[in-house]
Amino acid sequence: MEEKHTTDTFEVDQRLTAHGTYWAGKMGTRFYTALRDQQKILGTPCTTCNKVFWPPRSICTFCFSELKDVVEIGPRGTVETFTLVTYTEPIHPRTAPFLYAVIKLDGADTGMAHFLDEVEIDKVHIGMRVQPVFAKDRKGNILDIQYFKPI
Amino acid sequence: MKRNVAIIGGGQTFHAARRHDVDQAEMVNEAVRAALNDARMTMDEIDLVILGNMEFFEGTHMTDCWLVHGTGAYGKQGLKITTGGTVGATAVVTAAHHVASGLFPRVLCIGFEKQEEGDTGAILSGVAHPLWGRSLAGAAVGYFAMMGSSYMAAWGATEEHSAMVAVKARQNARKNKYAHLKLDIGIEDVLNSRMLSWPIRMLDMCPASNGACAMILADEKTAKARCKKPVWIRAMDTAHNEQFELDWRDVKTTRPIFSRTCAKRIYRKLGVQKPSEYFDVFEVYEPATWSELVWYEDLGLCAPGEGFRLIEKGVTEIGGAIPVNPSGGVLSTNCIGASAMLRVWEAALQIRGDAGEHQVPKDVRRALTTAYGGTNWTVMTALSRTLDD
Ligand SMILES: [Zn+2]
Repeated sequence: MEEKHTTDTFEVDQRLTAHGTYWAGKMGTRFYTALRDQQKILGTPCTTCNKVFWPPRSICTFCFSELKDVVEIGPRGTVETFTLVTYTEPIHPRTAPFLYAVIKLDGADTGMAHFLDEVEIDKVHIGMRVQPVFAKDRKGNILDIQYFKPI
Repeated sequence: MKRNVAIIGGGQTFHAARRHDVDQAEMVNEAVRAALNDARMTMDEIDLVILGNMEFFEGTHMTDCWLVHGTGAYGKQGLKITTGGTVGATAVVTAAHHVASGLFPRVLCIGFEKQEEGDTGAILSGVAHPLWGRSLAGAAVGYFAMMGSSYMAAWGATEEHSAMVAVKARQNARKNKYAHLKLDIGIEDVLNSRMLSWPIRMLDMCPASNGACAMILADEKTAKARCKKPVWIRAMDTAHNEQFELDWRDVKTTRPIFSRTCAKRIYRKLGVQKPSEYFDVFEVYEPATWSELVWYEDLGLCAPGEGFRLIEKGVTEIGGAIPVNPSGGVLSTNCIGASAMLRVWEAALQIRGDAGEHQVPKDVRRALTTAYGGTNWTVMTALSRTLDD
């Protein structure tokens, strides 16, 4: 009986393809232009909150002020937290093992996740000093910073 | 309603096919700031933020999380709404319910879509039933084409009649500085536009727009203390239909269908006998020309089969006896998540007398707005200038 049920059921393939684009906007455009053309990393200061945001943004998340200025931050920074990925899934950007770290750049008050490479896994620690490795062929993408590595 | 709810402010972006100057958060923020300025409020005074858009129409998910700096929702209570074309109206209704609950005196609701950034057609095919529809699905035009061919066969209307709706919408849009398609066109232009799916031509359909709308709803105490021209939400209704229900196309049917059911219920709540006299202006959700003609009938503005006579006689023009979509409607601007909210906001502007060039030339005390979309949902919202109206 069990077997008969199985052979009588149906499935319908539901593959969807949907292409998208995302316009980087006022602040994103400045960030990626500076990264691509000058290997510079920009943050946004909020003078009301006395904070510098990375990634940059046009509106302060905390106080809702409109933000128009940018400041150069980093390129060096500090590991705030990290993890070692030891399993592999098709969706992963890399094959395991690889390291993710949240990095707070010098001069910024917020951190952002990125890859951590060229490092002995046992030696990674919170507070570790790191620097970015820029891609040679930069296209205006967050992977224009290929990864961070220990100083 | 046990507790009265008012619209105390609102705003919208300019709507366009291209917004390469802003990212999604920046675009949403334009509407939020416009609404706060209009209400003379700061973000600190907002108790709850409701954000509406269609998942993945702009290639993104969970916008309530990562647009938080644009919406101002950081640290606040709130939720995300996704109900198809009705999104913006559902966001308003949800905001109104929250205010009416007595728990949230001041609620910000936002609808947006940045359509150029995603593949709306592909994602729409994902709305179709996985077993019965998806392998056949191809976006929204066919749906309205079926409506048009059925309507003509049932009542003897012609393609000229749908073209009249197309012309009215775009000529009205020319008076609305925020509208997307401000086209100085005539009937011939519509009939000469490219046939997409008979009888729907290019100019019979709405555009794919980028834009946002935001509104602030408040309780009676706040509205009276803070707002010179509050617009009151008097009744709301939502009706659902089954997606694989084909009877809606049969315009001769005597069975109650979603839009008529919704209209009947909201009229009963308000004690409306003759809607064309009770309401001074209508803002309806018409992604295609034919749907506006069907709305006339489903709303009871005329008898079934007489909708095309209304447009023929100019009754629904800005200066007509029953103005419908003086803003230019969805046919002129369709940033989907914002479209149904724009109906409510445009109706509120008419009641306030703040619609500018597209203000209808009569005393506007009451307005009715509609929305539909998704799997044939209908949402209706009735507004008034005073609590006595
Ligand atoms: Zn700030």
